[in-house]
Amino acid sequence: MSQHIVPVKTYVAVFLALLCLTALTAGVAFINLGAMNTVVALVIAVTKMLLVILIFMHVKYSSRLTKIVIVAAFFWLGLLLTFTLTDVFTRHWTPSPSDWGPSISAPAPREK
Amino acid sequence: MSTAVAEVPVATPVNYLNAKYGIRSWLLTTDHKRIALLYLVSITFMFFIGGAAATLMRMHLITPGGALVQPETYNKLFSIHGIVMVFFFMIPSIPAVLGNFLVPMMVGAKDLAFPRINLLSWYIYVVGALFTLYAILAGGVDTGWTFYTPYSSTYANSHVIAAALGVFVSGFSSILTGLNFIVTIHKMRAPGLTWFRMPLFLWAIYATSIIMVLGTPVVAITIVLVALERLLHVGIFDPKLGGDPLLFQHLFWFYSHPAVYIMVLPGMGVVSELIACFSRKRIFGYSFVAFSSLAIAVISFLVWGHHMFVTGQSIYAGLIFSLLSFLVAIPSAIKVFNWTATLYKGSISYQAPMLYALGFIGLFTMGGLTGLFLASLATDVHLNGTYFIVAHFHYIMVGGTVMAYMGGLHFWWPKITGRMYSDAWARFAALLIFVGFNLTFFPQFMLGYLGMPRRYATYPAEFQVLNVMSSAGASILGIGYLIPLVYFIYSMRYGPIAGPNPWRATGLEWQTPSPPPTENFEETPVVTEEAYAYAQMAPPAAVAGGNAGG
Amino acid sequence: MPRWPRPPRLPEGMPVAEVTAVTHGQGSSQHAAQHVAHQFVDADQQHEAGTLGMWIFLVTEIMFFGGLFAAYAIYRGLYLPAFEFGSRLLDIRLGTTNTAVLIASSLTMALAVHSAQTGKRKALIAFLLLTMVFGATFLGIKAHEYVHKWDDFLVPGLRFAPTEALPAGVTLPNLQLFFCFYFFMTALHALHMIIGLGIMTVLVIQARRGRFSADYYAPIEISGLYWHFVDIVWIFLFPLLYLIGGRY
Repeated sequence: MSQHIVPVKTYVAVFLALLCLTALTAGVAFINLGAMNTVVALVIAVTKMLLVILIFMHVKYSSRLTKIVIVAAFFWLGLLLTFTLTDVFTRHWTPSPSDWGPSISAPAPREK
Repeated sequence: MSTAVAEVPVATPVNYLNAKYGIRSWLLTTDHKRIALLYLVSITFMFFIGGAAATLMRMHLITPGGALVQPETYNKLFSIHGIVMVFFFMIPSIPAVLGNFLVPMMVGAKDLAFPRINLLSWYIYVVGALFTLYAILAGGVDTGWTFYTPYSSTYANSHVIAAALGVFVSGFSSILTGLNFIVTIHKMRAPGLTWFRMPLFLWAIYATSIIMVLGTPVVAITIVLVALERLLHVGIFDPKLGGDPLLFQHLFWFYSHPAVYIMVLPGMGVVSELIACFSRKRIFGYSFVAFSSLAIAVISFLVWGHHMFVTGQSIYAGLIFSLLSFLVAIPSAIKVFNWTATLYKGSISYQAPMLYALGFIGLFTMGGLTGLFLASLATDVHLNGTYFIVAHFHYIMVGGTVMAYMGGLHFWWPKITGRMYSDAWARFAALLIFVGFNLTFFPQFMLGYLGMPRRYATYPAEFQVLNVMSSAGASILGIGYLIPLVYFIYSMRYGPIAGPNPWRATGLEWQTPSPPPTENFEETPVVTEEAYAYAQMAPPAAVAGGNAGG
Repeated sequence: MPRWPRPPRLPEGMPVAEVTAVTHGQGSSQHAAQHVAHQFVDADQQHEAGTLGMWIFLVTEIMFFGGLFAAYAIYRGLYLPAFEFGSRLLDIRLGTTNTAVLIASSLTMALAVHSAQTGKRKALIAFLLLTMVFGATFLGIKAHEYVHKWDDFLVPGLRFAPTEALPAGVTLPNLQLFFCFYFFMTALHALHMIIGLGIMTVLVIQARRGRFSADYYAPIEISGLYWHFVDIVWIFLFPLLYLIGGRY
């Protein structure tokens, strides 16, 4: 069976990288970067995920079909997130139809 | 591999039906063909449960005051009808029965990629069905099949959790079936069977499986959230506790809109097979039809907000969803045009499967076109929540999918059982179903346009005539569905023996004996022709129907 | 008969006679051949089908957890102060430790697959057992956290009456919503880990019976994919729940 065998050294190197990234992301949590905290945390998480997927899960050495399947999954998740978030956060853009009479009123603003 | 018509009784060849006897050999089978029959029995049972609910509803609606059941009971009836029909009949029907039986044979394999997972999938379906039947017997559920919150999560007093669990469990049956099909089609095609030589039924099943795998998990987790909210009294979807009821609808419809394509795509696959065979022609525009299946699968995930136009969803999201909903009609239309072009100058015969296929094309088109009224924001405001919607989806689901399912059953019945049924009775039942169906649902378009709301136990007196017509049609439709039950069962014992290929159709499944042996093929077949090579077929010997041989 | 349209992977310059032998499955070992299920042509097809099947299952898992992540994203956007405050109530040291533990378990799982690929039975069993130890450790720490939350009256629906003063902009229902997500998501994740431990138990038993070899290790690899996926879910849960709470 001709499957690619990843050397142990590579696995250990990825492991150490993952530990470093974990320490990094935990450390950054104590630094005030405002909105960037979330961005940095997610970027680090995505990096860790890519390391696990490509090396631990052998996707770097897998067929094109496997890669397409994985990309498709994240794309679809993205669809769910994008369209739903678009609705939730543009609902209040519609001005209230105040001249429609008292029986119809605008939805109350979301509590923040 | 033709079976000679013998004057002297010969020993029946070993096939998948008689290879092993006893209930254990059926309940522990891993043969995809036996599993298909297990599904056939279970979904037929569930179909009649859902049909019973519909019968009671239509009887109740004969009078405007609604004298048959209490309003609370009426709510339970339409909820049970929807839950049972959608999750336990429509979604499994063609994939689990015809797909399970045919996919390995059409790819030239001995079984699906994961036969034991296939059996597990059936058991999971049965468990889900048992939960749902329990919910019905314990008093029913009244949230509608859509389980909208916060009613379902906070205020309903009916058996929501049991019904929701039934749906949750059945979702995994769907996921495992889809997974099996995708792997089988990718990895187990016979030598020479390239993607573009596959029968279009396989393309349709493949597209359906993609939807099953991507969409079902989302509704599964959503149902879990509803159940948890009911149990713990927290406010995930309850506005009083800061929750957003629309979030439930987004998560629910993210699956449930593509789900309707899970229901219709396999039907389209069946219709391609039937139209080709009974016009004796290859499908016109094969690659267009193949790609349109994939396009439907993808675009179907982009339109779910059209179920939420009047819920308070953002107008801008509504605009986007409306535009995309118009787009999703295009691949379906492409199929209809290609089937019609296939019929043109074909050598058409009107056996029962063909009647169902032609019925599908007409009724699906009507249902699909009425979807455009609903995709359009302004008209949807008027039509949403009315019988127009009920008629729209029944034209597609019943006039479309159920007809295709019946057509497929009639087409592959001789392969599945080795027996032929009475075509005269079959055609009669098909016509009865067609007439009954239209009489039931066409008046509902008018009722909806005139403003009769759906899911109401009573209605204004001026709508009575149309309601009576609809109920009358429903009784005809019901009789139409019962007749095949009779002649199919009769045929299993007394029907004439069908040869390997009574329809003289193309496709690997027709190269095997009827019924096929357990392993399907003695040797792996090698495919050298395009699909639907009807033009290259030799003309038949002068035999009247029946055993024309392979 | 060769599998078509993609012929089997053959070394360059292999003589024709050997090609036929290989494509007839005589090139693969006896050991591999005895584990090929009847519906497959050869061990390669079975391995590829199994791997693709697991990847598709993982796709369904991505969508399953994805629904929860989507709901979380929306409520975090709507009730940011409450979610940040709730996050600060979680124990970041335990969370970070758990992350390291799970990453270690991923390493040992990858090494288990490596051992199987190189035919080292004892190492395979050892690495599988180590993975299970790390997995159990993770679950132990999680259970400890859950007990802590119970003691602090932070369990939604069952026992929710936090004693901490709520900062401005934080309401009790919104805080409860955060903890709903904390418990649902980590509990679902923990359930997947428990199932993973069950799978590994079966693998250890099979490995001890000599079922696996350099020619046949597909179940190990496929289970590894599942385990790494569970690790990836935590890689996202950890920052989203523990780290972005404004701990400064």
